Amino acid sequence: MVAQESHGHAAPQGFIRKYVFSLDHKVIGLQYYFLALTAVFVGMFLSLLMRIHLVWPGASLPIIGEIKPETYLALLTMHGTIMVFFVLTTAPQGGFGNYMLPIQIGAPDMAFPVLNMLSFWTTFLAYLVMLSAFFVTGGAPLHGWTGYAPLSALQSAGPGEGLGADLWIISIALFCVASLMGALNFITTTLDMRAKGMSMMRMPLTCWSWFITAILGLLAFGVLLSAGILLLMDRNFGTSFFLPLGTINGQLTGHRGGSPLLWQHLFWFFGHPEVYIAILPGMGVASQLLSTFSRKPIFGYKAMVYAMLSIGLLGFMVWGHHMFMSGMSPYTAFAFSIMTMAIGVPSAIKTFNWLGTLWGGRVRFSSPMLFAVGFVSLFVSGGLSGPFLAQPVLDIQLHDTYFVPAHFHLIMGVAAIFGIFGATYYWFPKMFGRMMNESLARWHFWFSFIGTYAIFMPMHYLGMAGHPRRYSQLTEVTYLHPLMPLQKFITYAAFVTLAGQLIFLFNLFWSMFNGEKASDNPWEATTLEWTTATPPPHDNFGGHTPVVYHGPYEYAVPGAPHDYVMQTDPATVAAH
Amino acid sequence: MATFTPTVPAHRPVTSRGDRNNLPPIPGGGGDNRSDSGQPDYRTRLRRARLGLAIALTPILMLFVSFTSAYIVRQGLPTLDPNTNKVVHDWTPTPLPTVLFLINTGVLLFSSVTIELARRQLIRQVALQPVQSIPGVSLGTEIEFPWLGVTIVLGLGFLTGQWLAWRELAARGFFVATGPSSSFVYLMTGGHAVHLMGGMLALLVAGTTVILRRPLESRRIVVDVTAWYWHFMAALWIYIFALLEFAH
Repeated sequence: MVAQESHGHAAPQGFIRKYVFSLDHKVIGLQYYFLALTAVFVGMFLSLLMRIHLVWPGASLPIIGEIKPETYLALLTMHGTIMVFFVLTTAPQGGFGNYMLPIQIGAPDMAFPVLNMLSFWTTFLAYLVMLSAFFVTGGAPLHGWTGYAPLSALQSAGPGEGLGADLWIISIALFCVASLMGALNFITTTLDMRAKGMSMMRMPLTCWSWFITAILGLLAFGVLLSAGILLLMDRNFGTSFFLPLGTINGQLTGHRGGSPLLWQHLFWFFGHPEVYIAILPGMGVASQLLSTFSRKPIFGYKAMVYAMLSIGLLGFMVWGHHMFMSGMSPYTAFAFSIMTMAIGVPSAIKTFNWLGTLWGGRVRFSSPMLFAVGFVSLFVSGGLSGPFLAQPVLDIQLHDTYFVPAHFHLIMGVAAIFGIFGATYYWFPKMFGRMMNESLARWHFWFSFIGTYAIFMPMHYLGMAGHPRRYSQLTEVTYLHPLMPLQKFITYAAFVTLAGQLIFLFNLFWSMFNGEKASDNPWEATTLEWTTATPPPHDNFGGHTPVVYHGPYEYAVPGAPHDYVMQTDPATVAAH
Repeated sequence: MATFTPTVPAHRPVTSRGDRNNLPPIPGGGGDNRSDSGQPDYRTRLRRARLGLAIALTPILMLFVSFTSAYIVRQGLPTLDPNTNKVVHDWTPTPLPTVLFLINTGVLLFSSVTIELARRQLIRQVALQPVQSIPGVSLGTEIEFPWLGVTIVLGLGFLTGQWLAWRELAARGFFVATGPSSSFVYLMTGGHAVHLMGGMLALLVAGTTVILRRPLESRRIVVDVTAWYWHFMAALWIYIFALLEFAH
């Protein structure tokens, strides 16, 4: 335990202690954010290469050359892995959670700052190890982000399954350890470091989402770690946990008796909660933004909290819906199906409450709000295809077709990314002391929003028409010829959408130095981060501890001097 | 603490929606009990470290729960015998070095007692510290038995014992890849040993706080948390031993 070093540390002076090995949660948060930012551009670049290959399989690209089938599978694996772990898990929780959680609950830092620093640098190491898989003999692994055995469990199974796959597993194991350290910090901080008056039910919904995400991570990452250890043993020590009797090139592998399904169970016991780890912080941010920019209290605060809790709980009981096609007993499949569809209930409660928050509000369509509304839109569009896939009978048809990537990209991929964008535009003034350019932000929004639908809506049709996913080249398959225009359209849309992201990149760095100076509370929001200086001082509140008198979303308050009441505003106490 | 100047508005704002009991500030925050130096006080730090430990034990538990479920599943899996073309079960129980494991269990349980004594000794010392600092007050010289050192020695003894057990298994012809049962024996005992080494590391940190003349309180927090962790490791070992011994 790193208990003896607590947050009473003085502001560091040297560059190394201040910006590199910093104990300050704000610096660590930004480190996570920029790590995710590089990762998201790497991930997007990989997806672009895949899109090009799907439409022009013979094309020879500069530097990269022709994309071979195994290269395509490596791209697919690394795109998924980098996006899920190093973007969707890292940015919302590690980035914004680290930066904003202590400030929003009125704490001077995380509970264990040294552990927090270790957590980031372990993530960084994991990221380097993951990227290094591209550059070893055989290249990156082929087994997809889900690492299905036996492909992932045999060194000789394919070009990338040698050292590349070992590096992949080691990177994931390091990431597990880092996430566990982070989760430990988030939970302790939330439970033990809230300012006076900040009861659990007065926390902003963002804090609730980070707290619940941390609990999910705490329970899920240990299981992935265990699966990774078993996989490494199968690969390197000759054990047979996941490997049945089998041959490669006519030779017996020497393994027998293991079960690839055991890997699937362990992986998806982690994997399903993981998708909520990605999306829950987005839900928290969307709630925060919708309330702030509608100038209305969030509709049904308690319902929102309980909905998130039940989504988290149900998330641990539905992993079997990823395995309907694995020969599972129909009775088991039925149980998993019912549990999965039950998640629709808290999800619908959340959507209803978001719409209820918007209803009758004096909506200000600033750029963060656009992305929050975009989040709700994508969450609904992606969510509606969930109950389709949750039914074993329909899943038999749709499994391993483009319908599945369409579903999960909309709901956990791009929706979560919209949460990150919304959070960036919303908190940028607090983090860097300047506003982001609003017109560039709007351009970025419309590019991303329309582009996302243009990419992923047609994929539903591809899936329903029976176009399988994961294959490197299907251009010669006759029954898929009529679908080729749709595939081409998706690739063009991907080009345009990704180009749109450069607007964001430019806006981010340009505004850091040239943006309009931001006031302490530019959005007229109520939570604690807007009560302190911009950017916040080293101890967050400049030597005093805030005292909280109100819930987080007191907007449109009758009789108040402004239309909002800050959480720290004691006015009503004096008047009572 | 807070330096707010209440401003009374002309009209009384009504803010109670969704937060009915909002007046006055309700307790429930951590409060954080920071002293003037900005450091949280000793009790807060101890409570926070214990809370952190309790949370940290959860993923360790999940790790071994996951290993256990794999253990149970793997036991029941059939496989094809390539020589006879018959479906068989390849799970052959590993003969454990039970006597050695029992001795190791005894060593670990005894170390759990010594670390508890170390923990209580430090509680007493921290409690008596303010009294002893009064000039002229003497409580007599308390014999400071090095319970911490004894624990480290016993911990090393346990790890050595485990290493001997692995040697014994290897001598009987059971290696990691010999069969699924032996794989799990090495996996579970090895996983436990790695976690125990983490505890040893924490004890060494507690030892260095003596050398570095860190405050007694800091040392107590480290020892306290490590003691709870150590007890957990002892319980985990008994669970693993029982699982390997009785569920093969």
